[in-house]
Order: sequence, then structure tokens, then C-alpha cells
Amino acid sequence: MAERLVEISDVTKNYRRDAFDIKVLAGVSMDVSEGEFVALMGPSGSGKSTLLNLLAGIDRPTSGNIRVAGQSLGALNDSQLAGWRHRNVGFVFQFYHLIPVLTAYENLELPLTLTKLSRAQRRRKVDLALEVVGLADRKDHYPRQLSGGQEQRVAIARAIVTDPRLVLADEPTGDLDAGSAQEILDLLAQLNEEFGKTIVMVTHDPRAAERARRELHLDKGRLHSAARH
Amino acid sequence: MIPIKYNVRSLFVRKANTLMTIVSIAFVVLVYVGVLALGAGLRVAFTASGDNSTVIVLRDGANSEMESYFPTETHRILASMPGVARGADGEPLASGETMTLQILERPDGTETNAVLRGVEDDAFALRPYIRITEGRRFVPGQTEIIVGDQLEGEAGGLELGSTIELGRFTFTVAGIFDSGGSSYGSEIWGNVQEFGDSFRRQNYYSSTRLMAESPAQVDALIEEIESSQQIDVAARGEPGYFEAQSNASSGVFLMLGNLIAVMMGFGACFAAANTMYAQVAARSKEIATLRVLGFRRRTILGVFVLEAAVLGLAAGALGALLALPLNNVSAGTTNFVTFSEIRFVLRTTPDVLGAGVLVATLTAVIGGFFPALSASRAPIATLLREG
Repeated sequence: MAERLVEISDVTKNYRRDAFDIKVLAGVSMDVSEGEFVALMGPSGSGKSTLLNLLAGIDRPTSGNIRVAGQSLGALNDSQLAGWRHRNVGFVFQFYHLIPVLTAYENLELPLTLTKLSRAQRRRKVDLALEVVGLADRKDHYPRQLSGGQEQRVAIARAIVTDPRLVLADEPTGDLDAGSAQEILDLLAQLNEEFGKTIVMVTHDPRAAERARRELHLDKGRLHSAARH
Repeated sequence: MIPIKYNVRSLFVRKANTLMTIVSIAFVVLVYVGVLALGAGLRVAFTASGDNSTVIVLRDGANSEMESYFPTETHRILASMPGVARGADGEPLASGETMTLQILERPDGTETNAVLRGVEDDAFALRPYIRITEGRRFVPGQTEIIVGDQLEGEAGGLELGSTIELGRFTFTVAGIFDSGGSSYGSEIWGNVQEFGDSFRRQNYYSSTRLMAESPAQVDALIEEIESSQQIDVAARGEPGYFEAQSNASSGVFLMLGNLIAVMMGFGACFAAANTMYAQVAARSKEIATLRVLGFRRRTILGVFVLEAAVLGLAAGALGALLALPLNNVSAGTTNFVTFSEIRFVLRTTPDVLGAGVLVATLTAVIGGFFPALSASRAPIATLLREG
């Protein structure tokens, strides 16, 4: 039995917008085991990205508890949360969010500057991550010199360069053509199968979700159906 | 730590905005450095005038040679005091001097106050840096004068060989002297007796300069002079005397420089703030990404403050570069102690340029601090939504 990496218990999240309280998540509970590849599906506004942000410690729940890798995120202050996120989470955004003024290599090296690794050790890790995503020959390219699919592969390399246990992907194929989307899904599947990364991927594309081992559906802030592949 | 190339390249992304801010801060630096260079030039003119072994004696209570007068007999007593160095001829190295203000007309019709200094022969031995560059020294009895290099061309009749009426006599310019950057460069020198006769001030001197046997003997000589019962005078080392004049005059420039820096810097602060707010607004996604990658709020604050500092350093460097041609530009002001005109050259010394760069950096950092603070405080989820 694989260890439970993510435990979410009765989490709610409300936003206040003007005079209105908007309930985004309404008592969500779920677990993700180490080594799983979970697709989180649902229509726009269902709370998928909010749940992902909560898992990454980017946002805090209104109530409920979230434990990731044995750590209750509610017990950490902002600074501790930043350090925890750096050690445990790799995040892939829909629009890649590479730093435009840094090359692919420098983008990957950036999170490693938070570690005590030497320059040579950082170089080895960056080279390895770029090799995994098949872009070793593009390391000196700036994001504007890469295609959308290549940018997303660099973003995935950046997410795994610190060797986190959990990779969170928010609509990673949402901005890509079909061919590039397929390559990204292949890459995520490879990370899960070959490198044992636990992946939680938000998507509203059923074909993307099929690549995951488990699908969870969110609708109006409630998790109410699941399917296994 | 986020590499500094991230800051530098980010500033280049919005070139026009960055450049405008750099130029506006650079102009603050230019003005600030210009005013400080005036002060520095003036300070050099005064400090170059002081010699460590020389003691200047004035009437007790006088602050400058202009206010001082005492009988020539006092000078003779001073010259004979123990501790006064002697020249090759075995005579004490002492110069009794008079100081008179003379209004001269500039070529443009305006007037300037020049110092006429009557000196004895030893004046040159007491000031070895004074060098005749054209013509020769004046010859006593020939109603001749020599003119300081800073006065050349300042007023009519001061060219080599020309004549000028000073008091009752007409004097011929026998030579032009290089003052070694000292304030003597704004003076006209002649024989002390002849000036005394011409202005009907015989038998009185304004000051006496004495050479001590060594710099270490200066204090002993001053004590000897001031404890004398025969004469009522005050003595001090020449550097201290000129420093007091320097502070009175260059202090005005320092105050003015700081006032201008604060006023113009205040405006430039807004330019820096505007640029940095634009940087922060355009890069909210980048900030969010850095935070998601694990960079802490204080690191984000540091990133943008550093970026503002880079902006300021660039502006400081440009301002200093623009100010460099000011070096050695000739200027004149009033000596606020003697009320004579003093000519000197601006000095853009490393200290002055450094102060300019510091002001630029501070301006940018102060302007950039609040945008940086807002960047570091924004919640990640909000930055991701709004960017």
C-alpha cells in the first residue's frame, strides 16, 4: 500500500467579492497516494485551480485541513510555507510562466539558487532536467525563442529540477495545439511512471484526463465523482 | 539569491521608461555634482594656500588679514622671535604683508574686488609653490606688480607689460604667477612699501607670516608669540587660517548642494517610483512565479529594491559622466571672510562624484521601496489572477 502523500479533510474556501460571499470549495475531502497521477476535472469556476493552489500552499483554506508529505500546511507561516513549497512541490502553469529575461537554463537554475548546491551541482541537475524533457539543445534559448510546447516542457523541467515529491499542473495543455498537448501529456506520464512523481493535474479536457490513473470531478465546489483508469 | 542579471535585463525590457528615469536622476546628479565641485574647488584653493610650517600673525581679535593692522614695529619684534627659521642669508624668514581691496573693471563692464597684497622678499620663500610663468618678479622701487594666474583676463590692464593705476601710483605688470591652485591666484602682488606709499598706509601691516623651524615647532612658536607682553597679536598655523575661510565659503556651496539635491531628488524619487510601479505591475505573474518557486516575500522586496538601486547606479554613473567636463572649469565667488573675489577651478574629485552616485542610488531606492513593498506583500493567488 503506497503512502498517502496528500490528505485533504473537509476543506472549504470562500471568497468575499464586494458584498457577496462566494463559496468556491464546500467541504472537499480527498487523498492522493505517493506515485499516483490524478486528473482533477470540472467546468470553469468549479474550484479546480483553487484546490490546486491550496495543495501548493499558494492560498489558505477557509476551514479544514490539508496535509502534504506529512506536513499540515495550516501550521506553517508564509515564510515557512515558501520553504516547504520549494522542497516538496513542483508547479506547472497553464501559461508556462517562464521568466522572459532568463534563458531556459537560467529559468531552471533559479529554484536551485535557493539551495546550498554548488554551481557545478546546479549545472548537473539543470542539464539532467533538460535532458528528461528533451530540450538539452535549447538551454541557451530565451522563452520567446521557443514554441509553446517547448516552453511548457521547460516549465515542467523547472518543476522537477528540485526533485519534488508532488507535481501540480494547472491546465498544462490548455494553451497548446493538439500535437504539443500530446507531447506534454506523454512527458507527465513518463515522470509518473519512470520517475515515480506524484502528479495532480487540473484539466477540463477529457482526453488529457484519460492519461491519468484516476479522475476526480469537481462541480460547484463539491467533489462528487471519481473514475479509475 | 536571484541573480542580478535578472534585474538588469528586466530594466532593459522597458527601455524607454528606464532610460527616462535614468536621465531625470542623472540631471539631479549633474547639478548636485556641479555645486559640490564648486565647493571642492574652493576648498582646494584655500587648503593649497596653507603651509604646515608657516604661522600667520594678525591683530588680536581679527578674523582675516582684511580686518587686521598693526605697526611695522610689531612685525620686527615678531621676526626676531626664537623659533623663526632663517634663510640662507641668516635672516629670519618673515614677510610683513598688507592687504587692500581694489575694484577692477571686467571686460564686460562689471566690477570685481581683487586683493592687492603688498609683500616683502621672503613672501616667495614662504610660498615656494608660487612660480612666475610669464615675465619676472617685480623689482622694488620700480612700481611693478605681478598678477595671479586666475586674474589673467579677468580685468583690463592685467596683461604682462600693461600698466594699471592702483592708488596714487601707476604700476606695470612685470610678471604672471602660477599660484599652484591656491587662493593667491586671485591676487595682485607688489612691494609692501610701494603699496603702502601708494595708498598712504605707511608703517602698518595687515599680517606677518613667519616660517617655523619645522612643522613640529609651529605650536611652540605660536605660544611664544601669544605669550609676549610686547605685542597684542594672535597667531595661528596657516592651514587652520585658510580652513576657516574655506568653511565659511565652501559651506555655502555644501548647503546649497544638499538643498538642491533634496528638492530635485524629491522629484526624481517620483520618476523612480513610477518606473518601479510600472515594473511591478507588468511583472505580477513573474513575482507570483518566484513566490511559487519558493522565494520568500523579503527576497521579492530585495529583488525590486536592488533593481531600483541598479537604476540609481546607472543614473549616478551617467550623471557623473555628464559632470566630468566641469572639472577645471574656472569660476569665481566672494570670499565671505575678506569679501574679495576669489577665482578658482571646479574640482570633480572622486569624493564629489561618489557623493553624486550615492544621491542617485538613494533617490532610486527611496522611490523604488514602496513599489517593491507592494510587490512583496501581494498574495500569490491575487497576482496570478490579476497579471
